[in-house]
This record gives sequence, structure tokens and C-alpha cells, in this order.
Amino acid sequence: MIRDLHNDLISKKITSVELTERYFSVIEKKEQEIGAYLTITKELAMAQAKLVDEKIAKGEEIDLIEGIPSAIKDNICVDGVRMTAASKILDNYVAPYDATVIRKLKDCGAVFLGKTNLDEFAMGSSTENSAYQVTKNPVDTARVAGGSSGGSVAAVAAGEAVWSLGTDTGGSIRQPASFCGVVGLKPTYGRVSRSGAVAMASSLDQIGPIANSVEDCAIILSRIAGEDILDATSAKSGDKKFEDYLSGNIAGKTIGVPKEYVEGLDGEIKNVFEKSLEKFKSLGAKIETISLPHSGYALPTYYIIMTSEVSSNLAKFDGIKFGLRADDENDAEASGDELPKKLLETYLDTRKIGFGEEVKRRIMLGTYALSAGYYDAYYLKAQKVRALIRKDFEDAFKQVDFIYSPTAPEVAFKIGEKSKDPLKMYLSDIYTITANLAGVPAISFPIGTVEMEKKQLPIGGQLMGKWFDEEGMLNAAHTYEIN
Amino acid sequence: MLSKEEILNVAKLARIGVSEKDVEKYQHDLSEILDYFKKLDELDVEGVEPIGHITGMQNKFRNDHQEDFGKIGKEAIMKNAPEVKEEYIKVKSVL
Repeated sequence: MIRDLHNDLISKKITSVELTERYFSVIEKKEQEIGAYLTITKELAMAQAKLVDEKIAKGEEIDLIEGIPSAIKDNICVDGVRMTAASKILDNYVAPYDATVIRKLKDCGAVFLGKTNLDEFAMGSSTENSAYQVTKNPVDTARVAGGSSGGSVAAVAAGEAVWSLGTDTGGSIRQPASFCGVVGLKPTYGRVSRSGAVAMASSLDQIGPIANSVEDCAIILSRIAGEDILDATSAKSGDKKFEDYLSGNIAGKTIGVPKEYVEGLDGEIKNVFEKSLEKFKSLGAKIETISLPHSGYALPTYYIIMTSEVSSNLAKFDGIKFGLRADDENDAEASGDELPKKLLETYLDTRKIGFGEEVKRRIMLGTYALSAGYYDAYYLKAQKVRALIRKDFEDAFKQVDFIYSPTAPEVAFKIGEKSKDPLKMYLSDIYTITANLAGVPAISFPIGTVEMEKKQLPIGGQLMGKWFDEEGMLNAAHTYEIN
Repeated sequence: MLSKEEILNVAKLARIGVSEKDVEKYQHDLSEILDYFKKLDELDVEGVEPIGHITGMQNKFRNDHQEDFGKIGKEAIMKNAPEVKEEYIKVKSVL
């Protein structure tokens, strides 16, 4: 799709301004129903599009993504644009600088239509935890879009953006991509700089693209990847054009299917998944059953590490430096008198009214796990189990080139169905979190649908690759997609 | 089950104000999830090195210099502070 639009732009079939306006008219038509965006940046987008048109008119060469309209998850800073992270505590926050990925995309001439909805601070699997709105699944608006990058994914699925950026800490790009029937990529830990993205769990977070095709994801990844002095965890990983590696040939490659992931599968998801294995075979790949013996420990390990890091990262929201502050008047409840608040009261009250339920629950859990006497039993232990999980992957990748499973154990669920039970909601992430724990790249792409209540609900397949082998993994997913 | 006192202590450490009703809810929710965490007790991790950076990257250093955002940049940053006095962020009294 990006390539086609690029060709339309350079052959002057359409201008970037016209293309951008076309997307704004889709947004106008659908937004009320879908609720993908929190902020529309029309002025910025039109200015960006105009610049591209001027370049084309002058006969200058333009980049593949230049002039093509996109959407950015609202936990990534765009200079001068409001950024809420879908939290009331950042309701009035205006980003004073560009995230590194945004600076890189601006250098390529990208067009930003707006900032998209998410679970508050990216904590959730359904985008129901946003302090502003619930994003609906464009395939069936009675169902969730998935999360936490639900807004970014729904925008692409509904035709409200050509592509978008999300963040993925435990599946937040891949699970909604699976639910909405688009492609979502989480790169290797360290592949993409997180500078300027709101940190959730720093040892797990990655930024990645969402689009209608694997090739489009490859094109975006090439433009956001690379080492960055502003993110000390970002790795030297060369200057690859990932789209150049999509040969469409995977003959002789070995795909491992973890028996721990597929044992419990049943019904339509199982059928669709098995059919997709047949398709991989027909494309010349070998399928092998493998074992990731510590899979059963991944979810508790993930939740200990993630909540601990959340409690530390969210300490900066204190009502002093930026964002919301509970003022003396609007909070009689806590102090009960007319005196100006002391520092501690300001902290307590600001965080009490500024954060939503799930965010507070995770901060509380993480604070407990890191508190005196518990650190060894929880965080340290979890980081050791994580080493065992990584070892599982190292062993598996001696045997196979890729690991393959469904992206999620279910299709998009109904809005409200799980919001009362945090533990049940956490189980949505069961297949996706291991890629974050092990740091490997992973991609979700559509492999079929199941009919429910007369709607064709999408099912995603997930390929995981070796560390820094995005090109191989993208090629495998691409080969599946084009055949 | 975590006691009321434990919840109040964690809430204070986390700097989150809680009401009486919240305390009960946290007792229930946190205890349920902490029980689930106990699953890791089944594993023997004797001698296992904990993960630092998942791809094994070592410390990375950069020069210790400040970058000047300029007057406009400074204004953009300060605009986000709830209370500013003479170009400084105002902090509440500690005592």
C-alpha cells in the first residue's frame, strides 16, 4: 500500500495534500463510531503534506513514506502537540520536543494525522482503560480493538491512517493487530530508540509499526531503527533497508511450533492455525514441534518485572514538574482543612485523582514487589526465571529459524467482558509476552477469520525470530501474506 | 491476604492516596495476584544469573554535557509545570 501510494504521488495522480484530506474525511466519517484518535493534528499534517507537494513539483526525489498519512500512539512525543498517554494526569501536557522516532520520521517527510488512543500509560489489553474513550474494533464495534495500542491499530484497520506507530511491552502492538486483522511488528529489544516515548517497563518496551501489509511494516522499521545516544539500551544494528530482504522465498526454512502454546488450543482458532501450518509447508518450510519448557512461568515473571518497573517509571508523575496537580481547593477530602497542602499531601492527592484504577493497581503491586524484604523473592527471582526463559529461546533457535503460534488465544472479546477481572485480562497476553521477556522480534499478521454473530472476526498468527533477525522474520511473514 | 496496615504502608511508599474503600479492594486484588506470583516458587534458580539487558549489552557511556533548549525550548518545558515563579518550578513546603 505504501509503495502504491508513493507511486501515485510521484506520478502526480494525487497530491499529498489531497491524500491527507482524503484521510481526514474518513476520520470525520468514522471517528465517532471507532474512537481511535485522542488528538487530531490537522494543521501539522497539512503543512507537512504541502512541503512534500512542493518537493514533488520541483522534481525532487522523495522517500517512500514521504507525504503518506500516519497516526502516532499518544504515548510518543511530537513537539508542540498535546500528549496524554490516555491519562488524566497528563491531560494538559504539551510535548516540548520530538521523540527520536518522530524526528527520524519527520526527516523522511512523514505526515502525522493525529495521536491515537491507548490504555492509560499502555497498561491494558483492550483500550478500555483509557481515561478518555473506549476504542471500538472496526470489524465489530461491539468488541474491543485490543490493546494497549488499540487506537493505532483501529485507525489503520478502519482506513483512518495508512500506517501507525504503537508501543509493545507485552503484546500491545501484536494482540490488537490480531484482533483487528492488520499487521503489527515488535522489533528486537534495542532495535528502536524509545527516547521520547513514555516509559512503562523499560526492560520490555519497544516501539513498532502497524500497517496493512508486512512490507509496509518493513518500510517503516527501516526508518525508525538504529542506535541513539538518547536511549542507552539502543543497539548498534546497522542501517538496513528491511524491505529489500523480502524475497518471497522461505524454502528450506524451519518453523518451530511450541507444544506448550498449542496444547490448549481448540475450536476455530485451532483449525485456522493448522491450515496456516499447511500453507507454510506448501511454501517449502519445514514444521517442527519444539518445547519452550518455562512457558508456564512467563506470565507471573512478566507481571512481576513489568509492575516493578512501572512503579519506578511512574514516580515522576508527582504534581510538581509537569501534568496535573491536585490543588488545595478541589480536594477537601484528603486534608479536610483550609491550609495549603504540604508536599506529601500533594503527591498523595495528585496521584490518587490523576491515575486510573489499573495504573494504581500496578504501581501498588510493583511497589510491594520492590519493597524492603521482598526484592529477592519477587523482582530478582523473576529476572532469574527470565534468564531461563531466554535460554529456552536460545535452545529452540539452535533447532529452528522461527517460532510460530497464534498471536492470542482468542478473537476480539466484547466490550466490558473482562474489565472487572484483572487476572483474566492478563491472560490475553499469554503468547505475546515471551517475545518481550526474551527480547526477540515478533510479528502478528492475519491468517484467517472465524464467524461470530455474522461478523468475520480476524485471527492473527505470530512469528518470532532470532535476536536482530527482523529481515528473516519479515520475509517469512511476507511470503505467507503474498501467497 | 495482605493486612490493612500492609496496604496502607505500600500506598504511602507508592505515594498514592487511598480511601477506606480502596484499602479493601487492594487487599483483595493484590493478594490474588501475589498468590499467582507464587508459581515461581516451584522453580529452582540456584546459580542462575539474573537478566540485566536482555541482548547482553554492556554499559554505554556518553559525554556529560548539557544541551541548551534555548529560550523557546525552556518556555515550552516550563509551560507544563503546574506552578512557576520567576522562571523556577515552585515546590510545596516539605514540613
